[in-house]
Amino acid sequence: MTDHFKILKVDLAKGKSSVIRLEGRNEVAGGSGLAALIFNKFGFFDSPWNDPEQPLIFAIGPLTGYFPLMSKTVCSFKSPYHNQYTESHAGGRSALALCFAGFDALVITGRAVEPCCLAVGSRSLEIRPVRFLWGTDVLRTGKILRNMFKTASGHRSILRIGQAGENQLAMAGINADTYRHFGRLGGGAVMGAKNLKAIVINGDEILKRPGSKDYPGLYKKVFEQVTAKGMMKKYHDLGTPANIMSLNKLESLPWRNLQASSDPAAEGISGERFARDALLRNIACAGCPVGCIHVGFVREKFMEDNRYFYRQVAYDYEPIFATGSMLGVTSCFSVLSIMDVIEKVGLDVMSAGVALAWATEATQRGLIGPDETIVPLKFGDAEAYKQAAFYLGTAANDFYALLGQGTLRAAERYGGEEFACVLGQEMAGYATGELFFSAQSLGFRHSHLDTGAYAYEQKHAERDVEKMVEFLIDDEAPRTFLTSMVACLFARGVYTPQVLAECLHAVGYKALADNVDSVALYIRKLRWKTRFATGFDPDSITIPKRFFKVKSWKGPVDPKCLEELKERYGQRLKEIVEGS
Amino acid sequence: MKVLVATKIERCIGCHICSLACSRLVYKKTSWDTAGIRIHSSGGLSTGFEASHCLACDPAPCAQVCPTDAFVPRKGGGVKVRIEACIRCGKCAEACPVDAIFVDSSGTPFVCIHCGRCVRFCPHNCLELIEKKMSREQESMDEGEAMS
Repeated sequence: MTDHFKILKVDLAKGKSSVIRLEGRNEVAGGSGLAALIFNKFGFFDSPWNDPEQPLIFAIGPLTGYFPLMSKTVCSFKSPYHNQYTESHAGGRSALALCFAGFDALVITGRAVEPCCLAVGSRSLEIRPVRFLWGTDVLRTGKILRNMFKTASGHRSILRIGQAGENQLAMAGINADTYRHFGRLGGGAVMGAKNLKAIVINGDEILKRPGSKDYPGLYKKVFEQVTAKGMMKKYHDLGTPANIMSLNKLESLPWRNLQASSDPAAEGISGERFARDALLRNIACAGCPVGCIHVGFVREKFMEDNRYFYRQVAYDYEPIFATGSMLGVTSCFSVLSIMDVIEKVGLDVMSAGVALAWATEATQRGLIGPDETIVPLKFGDAEAYKQAAFYLGTAANDFYALLGQGTLRAAERYGGEEFACVLGQEMAGYATGELFFSAQSLGFRHSHLDTGAYAYEQKHAERDVEKMVEFLIDDEAPRTFLTSMVACLFARGVYTPQVLAECLHAVGYKALADNVDSVALYIRKLRWKTRFATGFDPDSITIPKRFFKVKSWKGPVDPKCLEELKERYGQRLKEIVEGS
Repeated sequence: MKVLVATKIERCIGCHICSLACSRLVYKKTSWDTAGIRIHSSGGLSTGFEASHCLACDPAPCAQVCPTDAFVPRKGGGVKVRIEACIRCGKCAEACPVDAIFVDSSGTPFVCIHCGRCVRFCPHNCLELIEKKMSREQESMDEGEAMS
């Protein structure tokens, strides 16, 4: 294996591309580390996110294609949400497609003169005008693109945006192969700003098998571990929606804009209910035998005489929380029908659900009305939320255009900041307490997966601030290394640092294998340095009052603990960046 | 002789692990193309998956058109491959009625040799290595089960 990266850099403005050799494999590994390295080389710290020259980066890792569950891609960019450097991760096929196209990363700069689709493969590159697709929703766009790019069916990845991305909303995601998403922090808007409707990646390169004699045996060992009975059951059985009932029981499931943390109606949107009534089948990301993608359906009567259509909609815990409990919607099919609209317009489902929950409470309090929301919003009214989701994704009026830039942006104008459920970005579905609230607020991606705070807090009730901060700090570096491989974090129990070292060794990255811990720390520092250099200031992030009023299984949130945690965690992040 | 049969392909989740196993273990490559079994979604992920692999024709049209006997009929259907005799003409792939042979840019063919090494890697037991005379009956039976 080589000690450098092979990067494809595409300039949409000039219509020209270059293949770049980039040194640094042994320092940054790939994925998260590589993306940060590339942003430092090609990005602009002080220019706004929509400067045409800002790069949109897709990066994979040294184990992509070579081991199971190395099935994710890191997308990084300067976010329209906060104008800072960030990452969003997705499964699907893009990781293997990019690997088999022969590149470690795809970097896109410039703004095309008209809406376009970028198609890349190991022996092909095309920027095709697709003005006719502008304004087309995500699902229809996928269908048309599959017809336009017929080669490599099954061995290609199609990333695309809907109207939300075209409207450059900070809540716009990038749809990855229909059922997965680079959802959070506005990657879809970055594509929209580049006039880039879609990216088709054709994985048509043939790579050598790693030369080590140990490789096939090690693959088999890892494969057997990830498919062992029980190991991944929680992900492929009920899947992540199993969390609905367990978090509801723990009084940690946000309900109706976090006005409650438990409700008996949870049963209607439980993982068990979805599996029993709405689950059609499971599918997998390419290269992963787990098959955690749960696909349900919506079926709607559109005419008398029993005329129906149906669509398939993937569901997970977070989308159910965002369009279910957070909106007071308690039927699994109603939840799926709201998700379906959000999918089509290309919004991040978590941000959209939380934003509409805020809009509903703002309506209740008389801060906004039909002039703003067009359709009256009421907790539990799924039909209204379907319309509102469409208005949000299409930026139907000034109110929705502003709300699509972030709930706090709308709250600044209309009031209601105190009940905006925003922790850096719209909250993830864990009302577990002080640790999670501070972790998401300051986390690198403002994601529940930056650290395991959400899981830790379901098991630990004590409020020892130093111990809690220590957990956040200790937990982040190994995760950063995993997202540099780029592993699905579901496999973190299997891919321990020792196993990762064995895998790296088997595919020929001996220097990386020998330095997993130190490389993890270096990558973490590089990522945070890049983030701080683009304006991140932990002191400027405030936690809305609503979070101080939550009562979870641990009891009422301790305001002093939450403030101290946030302050100490912020200090530690500064020390990481400033440290030698 | 046993042959590979995708008896329960309705269960396929599209993970491509079978293709990667064949490529890795049989052809010593890393790719989802250079494999005797390849998984395709038919018209997008929402419509399910198909497995493209040798159906063990007997006689095998690919062997019949091979000008150098690099493809040799295998007892029970399908072919044995003597790659050193292959002149990379691609006639085998053209002759295959089900598009089961992948030819890379150098003209090298990749076809299922019914070794069964992919079978144990399928997480949903979609694949089986069974006696050919039973294979059609098995497929019919499984389709019937799926319908019921």
